[in-house]
Amino acid sequence: MYEGAIQDLIDELGRLPGVGPKSAQRIAFHVLAADQTDIKRLAAALTRVKEQVRFCVQCYNVAEEDSCRICRDPRRREDAICVVEEPKDVVAIERTNEFRGRYHVLGGAINPLEGVGPDNLRIRELMARLSSGKVTELILATDPNTEGEATATYLALMVKPMGITVSRLASGLPVGGDLEYADEITLGRAFEGRRTL
Amino acid sequence: MPGMRRPLYRDDALVLRVQKLGEADRIVTLLTRQHGRVRAVAKGVRRTTSRFGARLEPFSHIDVQCSEGTSLDSVTQVEARDMLGRRFLTDYPRYTAASAIVELAERLTPVEREPAMRLYQLTLGALRALADAERPGTLVLDAYLLRAMSQAGWAPALRDCAVCGEPGPHRAFSVPSGGVTCLNCRPPGAAHPDPATLDLMSALLVGDWAAAQDTEAAVQRECAGFVAAHLQWHLERQLRSLPLVDRREPA
Repeated sequence: MYEGAIQDLIDELGRLPGVGPKSAQRIAFHVLAADQTDIKRLAAALTRVKEQVRFCVQCYNVAEEDSCRICRDPRRREDAICVVEEPKDVVAIERTNEFRGRYHVLGGAINPLEGVGPDNLRIRELMARLSSGKVTELILATDPNTEGEATATYLALMVKPMGITVSRLASGLPVGGDLEYADEITLGRAFEGRRTL
Repeated sequence: MPGMRRPLYRDDALVLRVQKLGEADRIVTLLTRQHGRVRAVAKGVRRTTSRFGARLEPFSHIDVQCSEGTSLDSVTQVEARDMLGRRFLTDYPRYTAASAIVELAERLTPVEREPAMRLYQLTLGALRALADAERPGTLVLDAYLLRAMSQAGWAPALRDCAVCGEPGPHRAFSVPSGGVTCLNCRPPGAAHPDPATLDLMSALLVGDWAAAQDTEAAVQRECAGFVAAHLQWHLERQLRSLPLVDRREPA
């Protein structure tokens, strides 16, 4: 146990996800040894993120204005929406440069074991966007795990009667890997989703 | 001690729950055939390069090898027996029913490593029935809830009076009394379900599927309500997944 400010900092850092007591102590002593200007910049960034960052009123991605950069961009297609669980998934898809439409961030996935149902996600807001009649395609890019698949199934159940094309991201083999090392579930999915050349 | 090998064990298991841990790990809660409920760390399974991450999804029936740890065991190998979840994930109502089943299995095994062979078999049977989709998912769920409660010693009295044992049939049903009650024992506020509802609960308890599937939707809904109330009374806390069960029939 340390005294005063340094212990307070270790305690606060230790509350962050993925930071254990040892890491918290290491970061705290790094902060103590670092240049004053660097630490002021870090403190300002921490304050600014809480004061200025909010959720986009349309897609619920993180934004510093009412709408995020993607929703403000007139060059993005308005007829296609890609549904993701978290804002970090938007960044992952943007890195591919494959999608030029808009996004909708659900804020998680349906997980009855944790008490998270459809009403706890931004599904009602998605349905309101779809009812405008502008959207013709919905791409479900929830995580390829049980909760993500169940969320995609639920959304497809709700959206298909609206006459909108609903698609799901393909599952398959990672690029650069060896076939023999793929597990049977991933390989089976790759077979299911094979395409004609 | 560093370098000391931890004992290994191998068992058949059902994956009840997975929780994220750190950057790429998961804590998996397993209901095993011989070791009861076990919590174990599965390292690196959230990475796309993981060799067995896909087999550790909820509702999977697996053959697992773990090494014993001080607080949590570690998963070292996994082979898939039947990826049951994959067979009903495209059917949302069945997925929600399966979630309630695994949550109850976890709640009925409060002590880790205490063998629960009968509950394991019952849970595996219920998940298989959901995956096979030969019976209505909501009936499979209610049958599981009744039988699991029965195994735990909380079977509702459905014929003879729950208080004095007077032979039935009786009309009044009281959750705090433990089931149907005679006129003399009937507490104030006791419900009077449709006799067909009590017959359905009896059929689900003994596995008379022909009789159970022959009942009307209204009777099945009333039955589900009594089963949920009886369950909540004995568990003292409602299952989180039970209110989220989607009871509509698939299109």
